[in-house]
Amino acid sequence: MDSFLEEEEEDEEAPTVVVAGKRRRRSHPAAQAALQPPLHLPFPPPQPVSSNEHKLNFKKSKEACLSYIQDALLQKQWKRAAEFLTCYVESLEKDYSREHIGPSEMIWRIGTEILWHHSQSSMKEFNCFMEQMKTLGVKRYLKVCLEHVFHLLCNGQIDEAYQNLSLAESWRFGEQTAIQDKEMKLIQAYRGLLDYYSWSKQKNILLEQGEDGFSDLAVEQEMHGYFRKAAVNLKEIIKIPGVWDIFVKCYVDLLEFYGDHNEARQVLNEYAYNSKFPANPNAHVYLYQFLKRQREPKKSLISALKILHDIVPSHELMIDFNTMLQKSKKRKKRRLGLEVIFAALDYAGWKENAKAWSCLARQVKQIVVSDKHLDWIKQEWNSRKDWWPAFHFSRYLAKRNWQEDKSLSYEKALVAGILLGKGCKYFKYVSHQGCKAQLKRFRMLKKFVNRHNLVYLKISGPPDSSVQP
Amino acid sequence: SDEDFNERCAQCSEVNWGLTDGGRFYCRSCHNVTERTREVVNTDFITNSRVQTISKGSRKQEENDGGSEWYICEGFQLVLKKQVEALEALGVCPQMKDEILCNFWRCYLQKSKQAYCKRPAPETVKTLSVCESSTDVDSDPERPSLLHLLSLSESEGDLQTDCSFASSVSKVSESTSVYSGSVDGSLYLMKNQKEKLRMTMPMTLSFCYMALLWVREPITLSELLRYVVEGHIPYLNVFQHFPEKMKLCGLDLKIFCVESWPVYEEVFDQMHELAAFLDLPRFPDITESCFLHPDMLCMKYLMEANLPDELHIWTCRVVKKIGIGEVDFLTLVPGNKSTRKVKYDVLAVAVIVVVLKLLFLLDDHYEWLLSEYAEERNKNNTEGGPYFEFKKWYEVVKHSLDVKQKKLDEERAKYLWRCEKPLFYSVKNKSKVLKRRQMVVNLQNQFGKLSGSVQCAEKPNPSSFQLSWSEKNTDGSCFHGHSLKGVLQEKRGLLTAMNPDYWLCTVKLCNEKLCGHLAHYKEVEFPQSYHFVLGLFSFLLRVQPSYIHDEVCMIEHKLFNKKLYKKLKYNTVLRSKKD
Repeated sequence: MDSFLEEEEEDEEAPTVVVAGKRRRRSHPAAQAALQPPLHLPFPPPQPVSSNEHKLNFKKSKEACLSYIQDALLQKQWKRAAEFLTCYVESLEKDYSREHIGPSEMIWRIGTEILWHHSQSSMKEFNCFMEQMKTLGVKRYLKVCLEHVFHLLCNGQIDEAYQNLSLAESWRFGEQTAIQDKEMKLIQAYRGLLDYYSWSKQKNILLEQGEDGFSDLAVEQEMHGYFRKAAVNLKEIIKIPGVWDIFVKCYVDLLEFYGDHNEARQVLNEYAYNSKFPANPNAHVYLYQFLKRQREPKKSLISALKILHDIVPSHELMIDFNTMLQKSKKRKKRRLGLEVIFAALDYAGWKENAKAWSCLARQVKQIVVSDKHLDWIKQEWNSRKDWWPAFHFSRYLAKRNWQEDKSLSYEKALVAGILLGKGCKYFKYVSHQGCKAQLKRFRMLKKFVNRHNLVYLKISGPPDSSVQP
Repeated sequence: SDEDFNERCAQCSEVNWGLTDGGRFYCRSCHNVTERTREVVNTDFITNSRVQTISKGSRKQEENDGGSEWYICEGFQLVLKKQVEALEALGVCPQMKDEILCNFWRCYLQKSKQAYCKRPAPETVKTLSVCESSTDVDSDPERPSLLHLLSLSESEGDLQTDCSFASSVSKVSESTSVYSGSVDGSLYLMKNQKEKLRMTMPMTLSFCYMALLWVREPITLSELLRYVVEGHIPYLNVFQHFPEKMKLCGLDLKIFCVESWPVYEEVFDQMHELAAFLDLPRFPDITESCFLHPDMLCMKYLMEANLPDELHIWTCRVVKKIGIGEVDFLTLVPGNKSTRKVKYDVLAVAVIVVVLKLLFLLDDHYEWLLSEYAEERNKNNTEGGPYFEFKKWYEVVKHSLDVKQKKLDEERAKYLWRCEKPLFYSVKNKSKVLKRRQMVVNLQNQFGKLSGSVQCAEKPNPSSFQLSWSEKNTDGSCFHGHSLKGVLQEKRGLLTAMNPDYWLCTVKLCNEKLCGHLAHYKEVEFPQSYHFVLGLFSFLLRVQPSYIHDEVCMIEHKLFNKKLYKKLKYNTVLRSKKD
C-alpha cells in the first residue's frame, strides 16, 4: 500500500498579529497592553498576479485542465472529459496538496463518473480502474471499495460484489484500519445485506418446496447459515446512530421469521425513539407496521403515528391515523383526528385524494349533525380560510373534479358547502351538475347543506368566547 | 527475449543499443535508457554485435546507484548544448554554437570563478578527468576539466525557488538530509547570488537570446520563448537527455527541473545582467537592414495583424520622427545604465498601435465613424483597392483571434509536463515514485483510449507567424491590399491624417527604475478598441497587454513631449506677461 502522498493535514492557524509589544514601547500602558486581546486578521484575498499572468506553471495548467473536465462532465461530454483527464492524471505525481480533496481523490471521482457513463467503457475496465484507485489512497481505501461494490451491484454482479466486500473486510493497514472503523462497519453491513438476500432466496425455494410437500434439509441448513451471517452484521450497524432503513427492515424481517418478536420490537423502538438517531419518519412507519402485524392495541399504534404526524403531517399513513382517531371514544383523540386530516389536506399531494376528502367530510358532517364541537372546525378553519378557497374550492377545480372523479367532487362539495356556505362556487357548481344528472346523493347533499347553512357563519366569524371548548 | 533486443528505441526509433554498468540497455543515439535489463547472463547475448558494453569511466563511482561525479555547471552546459543545437536545426547560423555561445559560456565560467581561473590555495579542489564512457557529453574537447568548489563558509543566500516546488522540497528535507546527485548541488543553491550571477534554467534562455542578438539572427525574444513553449527548443525536462551516469537527485531537481514557462521580462532582464557581468563589448550594430530594426519588424507584425500595407509608411515616419530607428538607440551596449534596453518586438508593435491611434483615434467612436464612411465608399466604388473598413477588420481578426486563443488555452490545459524519466529526491522513495509513475502511465493509457480525439504525435513545424492571411483567399478576409484613402487627406502635397485629434495614454510617465513600470494599464479605463488592439498583439507576442501599453506610452512621450512642453511654456510666458 502506498501512503507516500497521504500526508497528514496540518491545521494552519489564522495569522495572529500581536500588537502588545509595539504598544508597550510607544507609551506607558503596559498593563493595558496585556489586556489587549490578540488581533485576529482575516486572510487577505490572494494577491493578483498581474505581472505573472502569462506565466504558466504546472499548477495553473492542471487547474485549468480540471475546469475543462468539469465543464465537459456537466455537458455529458464523456469523451472530452476523458481527453482532459488523460492530461490531468499527471498531477498525481505531484500530489502534495493539503487541500481537502486532492488530485488523487479528484481522479477517483471523475474517473469513476467517466467510466460509468462512457459508451466505450466496459465493466472490466471499470474494475481495473477501481483496483488502481484502491492502491492510490489508503485514507479512503474502504470508501473506494464500497463505491466499487455499489457499481457492481448496479451492474447485477452480486457474487463479485460479495467477494469484494469480503476482501475489504479483511483489509488491515495499521492504524488506518481503526480510523476507517465506520466505513468498515458499512462494508460489513452491506455484506450482511447480501447474506440476507441469499437467505431470502433460499427461503423462497423452501416455501415453494413446502407447497409441493417436501423439504430439503441441506437448503434449510444453508438458509440458517445465511441467517446467522446476516444477523451478526446487521445487528452491528444499527447500533450506530444513523439512517439504516434497509438494514433495519431486513434485520426485523429475519427476526420475525425466526419468531424473535421481542428483539424485533426492541430494535424498532430503539431505532424510532433513541434521541441519538437522526429524526427519521421511516423509523416510525416501520414500528407502526410491526405493531400492526403484531395486532397490538390501538393505543400503541396511535402513539407511533402521532410522532409520524409531527414529523411528516403529509404522510400517507395519516388516513389510517385519522380513521383510528375518529373511531375513538375519547374527545381529545377525535379532536386530534380532525387536526390530522386538515393538516394532510394542506399539501398539494393530497388535493385529489378522494379517501382523504371523505375522511374530512365524514368527520365534519358528524360534528355538524351532532352540533357539538363546532369550535374545533372553527379553529382549524381559521388559519385556512384565507387560502383554502383558492387552493381547493375554485370553480376551475370544481369543473375538473366533476369531470374526473364524481365521488371526490361529492366529498369536497360537502366540505365546501359547510365551510363556505351554499353560495360557494365549488358547491354551487357541483350540486348543480349533480342535480342535473339526477344523482340522488347530490340532491341529498344539497338538502343537507341548505339545512346547515348557518354553520359557515358560525365558524367564519370572529373568535367567539361563547364557543370555547 | 533479451538475447536479441532489437526493438526500436522509444525516443528516436534507432536500433543502436549499448549496455550500462547497471546492466540496462541504453540507446547510443539518443541516450535514452530503457527499463529493460539483462537479468540472466546469456552467452548468446555477448555474441550480439549490436550491443556493446560501456566500460566504466575513470570517474569515481558512487557505491550504490552507479552514477558518476558531476557538477551543476556541466549540467547547464549540456542544456545549453541541446538548446543551441535545436536553434541550429531551426536554421540559425552554424557559427553561433561554437564561436559565440561557447565563448560566452567559457567567459561565464571564468567570471564566476568556476573554471579557467587560478585556484585559491586553501580551498578544496577537485580534478575531473574526462569521462571515458562513450556518451557524447564529452565530445567537446574544450570542456572545462578543472572546476573548483566554493567553500561552505559563504553565507546562505536566498534560495530562489519555483514556488510549486518549494513545498515539496521542504517536506522532503524534513525526513532526509539535504543532498544531491551532483557534487555541488547543495552548495550551488547556497551561493551568494548577488556576487556571481548564478545559472538557472531561465538563464540558459538568456544565453541563447544573447547569442542570437550577437549574430543578429531574425528571431525575437518573444519568438524564442514561443518556440520553447511549443517544444522546438529543449527546456522543460531537458535533463532527460543527460547521460545515465549523471544522476539527478535531491537538490539537483530544484535546479534543473522547471515547472513553469520562462517569462519574457525575466529572460530579458537577465540577458542584460549577464552581458554586463561578462563585460561584453558593444553588440554588433542593429541597422536598417536588420530584422530587429523597427521598420522591418513593423512590416512583419502589420502582416500578421492583417492590417493594410500602406500603414508601413506611417510606422516608418513615426520611427524616424522619434529616432528609435537609430543605430545607437537600437544597439545594445552592455552595462550602459543611461540608455533604456530595447525590446525590439514590443517596441515594433507599440509603434503600430500609435499609428493606429494617429489615424483612427481608437476612442470607440471615431474609428467606427470612419468605418461607416469607408463602407459607403466601397459600395459605390469598384475601381482600385477597397477602402479599409475598421469594422470588417475587427470582425475578421476578432473571430480568428478567439479561435486561436481558445485553442491555445486548451493546449495549455492539456500540456503534459512530466517526462518518462522519473524523478525522485532520494533512493528511499524511488520505488514509490516509480510506482506512481507507472500508475500515471496506466491511467493515461486507459483514458487516452476513451478520449475523442486522436493525440497528434507530431508537433507542428515552427513558424514565425501565428496568424496568416492570404490575398489569394477570395472571401475578403485579407486586408493587406486595402487602401487608407478614406482616412487620409492631402495637404500641401502631403498626405496627412484626416483625424485632427489624439488622446494620450498617460500624461506623465512613471519612473521605471523605482516603480518597475513606465505606465499603468487598467483595461476599464481605456477604450475597447484600444484594448482589442493591445490584446491582439499581446496574443502574438505572448506578453501582457500592459507590457505593450508601457511601450506605447514611451513612444507617445517621445512624440508629443516637445509639443506639450512648448505649449506649457507658451502659456506660462503669456501668463507671466499678463502679471
